[in-house]
Amino acid sequence: MERVAITERAIALVKQLQEKHGELIFHQSGGCCDGSSPMIFEKEDMYLDDSDVLLGELAGINYYMNRDQYEYWKHTHLTIDITAGRGSSFSLEIPLGFRFIIHSRMLSEEENSALNPA
Amino acid sequence: MSYSKPKFKEKYGNFINGKFVDPVDGEYFENTSPVDNTLIARYPRSQKADVENAVDAANAAKEAWGNTSATERAALLNKVADIIEANLEEFALVETCDNGKPIRETLNADVPLSVDHWRYFAAVIRAEEGSATELDANMLSMNIKEPLGVIAQIIPWNFPLLMLSWKLPPALAAGNCVVLKPAEQTPSSATLLMELIAEVFPPGVVNVIHGFGPEAGKPLASSPKVDKVAFTGETTTGQLIMQYASKNLNPVTMELGGKSPNIFFNSVMDEDDAFLDKAIEGAVLFAFNQGEVCTCPSRLLVQEDIYDKFMERVITRTNAIVQNNPYDTACQVGAQASNDQYEKILSYISIGKEEGAKVLAGGAASKLEGEFADGFYIQPTILEGHNKMRVFQEEIFGPVVCVTKFKDEAEAIEIANDTLYGLGAGVWTRDAHQLYQIPRAIKAGRVWVNCYHAYPAHAPFGGYKKSGFGRENHLMMMNYYRQTKNMLISYDKNKLGFF
Repeated sequence: MERVAITERAIALVKQLQEKHGELIFHQSGGCCDGSSPMIFEKEDMYLDDSDVLLGELAGINYYMNRDQYEYWKHTHLTIDITAGRGSSFSLEIPLGFRFIIHSRMLSEEENSALNPA
Repeated sequence: MSYSKPKFKEKYGNFINGKFVDPVDGEYFENTSPVDNTLIARYPRSQKADVENAVDAANAAKEAWGNTSATERAALLNKVADIIEANLEEFALVETCDNGKPIRETLNADVPLSVDHWRYFAAVIRAEEGSATELDANMLSMNIKEPLGVIAQIIPWNFPLLMLSWKLPPALAAGNCVVLKPAEQTPSSATLLMELIAEVFPPGVVNVIHGFGPEAGKPLASSPKVDKVAFTGETTTGQLIMQYASKNLNPVTMELGGKSPNIFFNSVMDEDDAFLDKAIEGAVLFAFNQGEVCTCPSRLLVQEDIYDKFMERVITRTNAIVQNNPYDTACQVGAQASNDQYEKILSYISIGKEEGAKVLAGGAASKLEGEFADGFYIQPTILEGHNKMRVFQEEIFGPVVCVTKFKDEAEAIEIANDTLYGLGAGVWTRDAHQLYQIPRAIKAGRVWVNCYHAYPAHAPFGGYKKSGFGRENHLMMMNYYRQTKNMLISYDKNKLGFF
């Protein structure tokens, strides 16, 4: 049972980026402008520690979110997809004319009790 | 009255060392208008080499510029203000075309406010002084303000000219040279400004480079040859920029957004008068600038005993919003700035519904006719729910407000502060005690009291908590762009007697 998923077309974009940049991670952003989007970086680019929660592994790369943000998100299931567009963050897909985007749904009761035990 | 899409050149360059130059490797990207999804022009897809050229130009200019007099710098800042003012309509049209916001706003807010920010900082440096303190009979401590040198500024797309005008004037007024990177969604007004002020500053003092975050933004933010980085955007990029700055031990300022509460106490409905009318408008200001404002009042908190009556009027006012051709002065809410924003907002409305939020107004995309059919329009939307929902916690950056009730002052404060952010807040009441006590209890850098969405120069603006740090639009911003040189002067002729 997973909290996160990824669409086929997003996997294809991840693979394209892996070929160019090597090992990657996703980090979920918050805040204004291009925030509230998953961003993809070279693995060594972002300093991660106990304040980051590993949400899962997608297409062979880890997907992280800041812990205090996670507290508000943990009852939802996230699917990473792509859309045409252009953000102004440092996320690596931007020059390709795509943005990673998340679609969310509520975890089912069964998923919730397994993933978020009381 | 209706305007139409302004004319652009086929392509533009970076502005480096006082002139427009092509990107080193000759690559450009296409910039489109969200109003109708048509091409505006091609802008440089800059790489590290372009950034280095700009940073080198700024470094070469910093010594001479840092030694100019405040009189001289103030005169040049005023000249920029005059030039923007003289071309107000052209700037407004370019801004509407590039960002999608209504021409009514660009004509009356974005551009005139930009003018005023340049004038404010021109005035500030003529009035402020250093300080000197006589520590004892023979010892004087003298503080002289010195510029940092070269500033990197990375600005967002929601108020392209205004964000530029929040960032450039204090840095220049303080005697720094700047390399500014506009957002890739909205490079046009910064370019127009450079065309019009190309001769105003000595070469290298102001440089503008275009391009994508990972290719141009990152080398700029991590350059060891800049002395400070100022950023407005979101949290992950903010963290990365701070990381890069830490390698250079550089200071940073950050403005990273919010999820601002707008709180209405029951006394607003004591009378059905002009103030109540103002309060209803205050609640509907969530739709201002399509909700693409870091301080969008996106959480509406209404006291339970007036909730139904108050919301009835808010819904009526929201449903009356005119959303049409952004070049028409009657348009109140225009297009979202890009397709990915548009998709993200719709995705949030969808998760809001799934979390159980009730749609009180809007709730879907807005389809305009004819030439605007391909633009990115979303209906002003009101979602009713509770503060633990994701739509109450995450910045949607669209014309979407989430409304909930509160019982009393304590609950209002608790809900208001239950957020990761602390940029803005609104408090509306006729009660003189609440007017002071509630704003003091809210953890946010700007609390509007019986008003909202005013951004005058001379009132400091910045965040608490994850909304960042630094205070823009005010004299105090100058010190984020300066060093203090302390000269400790002895007037004592006698030795210490130690050696």
